[in-house]
Amino acid sequence: MVVHSLAEHLVIVPILLPLVVGAAMLLFDERRRQLKMTLSLITVASLLAVAVLLLIGAATIQSDGDATVMVYPLGNWPAPFGIVLVVDRLSALMLVLTAVLGASTLLYSLARWHKAGPRFHTLFLLLLAGLNGAFLTGDLFNLFVFFEVLLAASYGLVLHGSGTARVKAGLHYIPVNLVASSLFLIGVAIIYGVTGTLNMADLARLVPSLNIDERALFETGAAILGVAFLIKAGMWPLCFWLPTTYAAACAPIAAMFAIMTKVGVYVILRLFLLCFGGEAGNSAGFGADWLYYGGMATIAFGGIGVLASQSMLRLAGYSVLVSSGTILAAIGTTNSAVISGALFYLITSTLSISAFFLLIELIERGRDAGADVLAVTMEAYGDGESDDEEDDDEGEVGVAIPATIALLGGAFVACTALLAGLPPLSGFIGKVAMLSALINEAGSISFSHWLLIALMMLTGFATLIAMTRTGIRTLWMPREGTIPRVRAVEAAPIGALLALCVTLTVLGGPAMRYMDATAQLLYWPQEYARDILGIAPAGTVPLRPTLGTEGKP
Amino acid sequence: MEMVLAIGIGVFAGSGVWLLLRPRTYQVIIGLSLLSYAVNLFIFSMGRLKIGAPPILSVPGVGDPATMADPTPQALVLTAIVIGFAMTALFLVLLLAARGLTGTDHVNGRED
Repeated sequence: MVVHSLAEHLVIVPILLPLVVGAAMLLFDERRRQLKMTLSLITVASLLAVAVLLLIGAATIQSDGDATVMVYPLGNWPAPFGIVLVVDRLSALMLVLTAVLGASTLLYSLARWHKAGPRFHTLFLLLLAGLNGAFLTGDLFNLFVFFEVLLAASYGLVLHGSGTARVKAGLHYIPVNLVASSLFLIGVAIIYGVTGTLNMADLARLVPSLNIDERALFETGAAILGVAFLIKAGMWPLCFWLPTTYAAACAPIAAMFAIMTKVGVYVILRLFLLCFGGEAGNSAGFGADWLYYGGMATIAFGGIGVLASQSMLRLAGYSVLVSSGTILAAIGTTNSAVISGALFYLITSTLSISAFFLLIELIERGRDAGADVLAVTMEAYGDGESDDEEDDDEGEVGVAIPATIALLGGAFVACTALLAGLPPLSGFIGKVAMLSALINEAGSISFSHWLLIALMMLTGFATLIAMTRTGIRTLWMPREGTIPRVRAVEAAPIGALLALCVTLTVLGGPAMRYMDATAQLLYWPQEYARDILGIAPAGTVPLRPTLGTEGKP
Repeated sequence: MEMVLAIGIGVFAGSGVWLLLRPRTYQVIIGLSLLSYAVNLFIFSMGRLKIGAPPILSVPGVGDPATMADPTPQALVLTAIVIGFAMTALFLVLLLAARGLTGTDHVNGRED
């Protein structure tokens, strides 16, 4: 469906706005911080508004019962030849998630991190432009370009604040991603060589009609492309760069990076279901086992990593892996009910990991460096402090926990519940949705599904143990250092992210209905492909996108 | 011609991967560059090899696609070259920063 109105141009705003504002900011001196702050805040706020509008647009059902797929032909060329931007339910959802994370991490960084190095605001907005572009594009090569935009910005942001740890992490992060980009290009080139198209919808149309030689080559290309995205999504064994990099990046950036792995997951979800979904003929389900078992290996690796982590930052890094592993395994089940649960889980886990990264910095502030390592070592070897504790007991009765610590502790408990998937928060709903879909599958539950169920339960438990241990050691211990000073502008984003998770819990029903419809649309992509290629349902000639009545190009 | 191109891509990719796995940052960056040359040639070859065929219409109007080279891979290669060049430059800066901060050119930031 091509809408002819000004509202149509809303689709390109999430890419253009941050790109233009980010570039314009380069013209101003670094000392005009107030101006840059204001500009970025306005940009991010408008991005959020636009994303919500697009979400509302994508969620409306057409009069003929079809889901809305907004197609924006760039340069007004018809779809398989020109490049299109596409907003459907999934991309709109990801846009909102990006905007929410962008707004909260930017707000947090305004407290002090944005002063830690040059060009923070430009890089941050370029990252948002790249992310939005990757979610919006309907073209494989354009996807590569937006990936490079977001990666280039992320290279700069990982190094933001400088320091040996960050440079060392960057020295691993950047080559790994450059190699992934090479694989991306090889995959795209093979797919283009076989099918002669780069348009995702056109690809979905062509896949069932490939002959056997072409299919082998196409699947090779898709597999190479898949590896590139799995590196980004952090599937085991392609994920060793991730915890170190995330732990090295400064807090707001690490929090923003919570969505970077989800870009890889998003592309896999989209391309896998488009090219190898239910309508792909002989290619249907290609690679599903790899995603399924790879995802489970990632969950297991992440779970062990969570238990073994001595610092909270690494714990959060491994939680990222658990989250991507869970979603990848869910995609591998090729069951739309499981995928809809996974989408819900994607949103809530991204929000909670992001909040956790922000929270860690506040908790760590004012603690001795290396206190975590010391705490875990003491736990392992039995600590010699039991005598002191008894002596101190009477003195400490009635000593209130400082308000700041209580606040941070409350947020920590919420994060624990979210990450471990405990009731009453939304992490639980996501997990239950996936588990119940796995259990209610027609026929008896296969062994491999039992394995996934067990793994999800066990990692939830592992996360709970690790978080509880860390929480007791950091929040309940008599504090050696000073009580951290937390500014409202730092607490507000964490509160907002957690409040969103609570909202998702309360509005669980409508949210799950949205996810169900999204998964349906993903799983049966003819509607998506038909809308993009402009092929009318009756099989008439493809519609050329006509000029707007106002004479706009 | 196909043979020459295939061997060329193979040599570039092979040496690129070997250098990429070496412990010195300079070797890594050269490896990345060679790998990107291989990838660029590969994309180019995916438009099928043709001699003396321009990727544009010589006379305005409808031309015969059989006498033309596929313009899309050429456009893709151009983009990939630009992006690859920018990324190499960026990595070079990081490499120098790492050399300055850690005092070694080992990729792990310390001699092992």
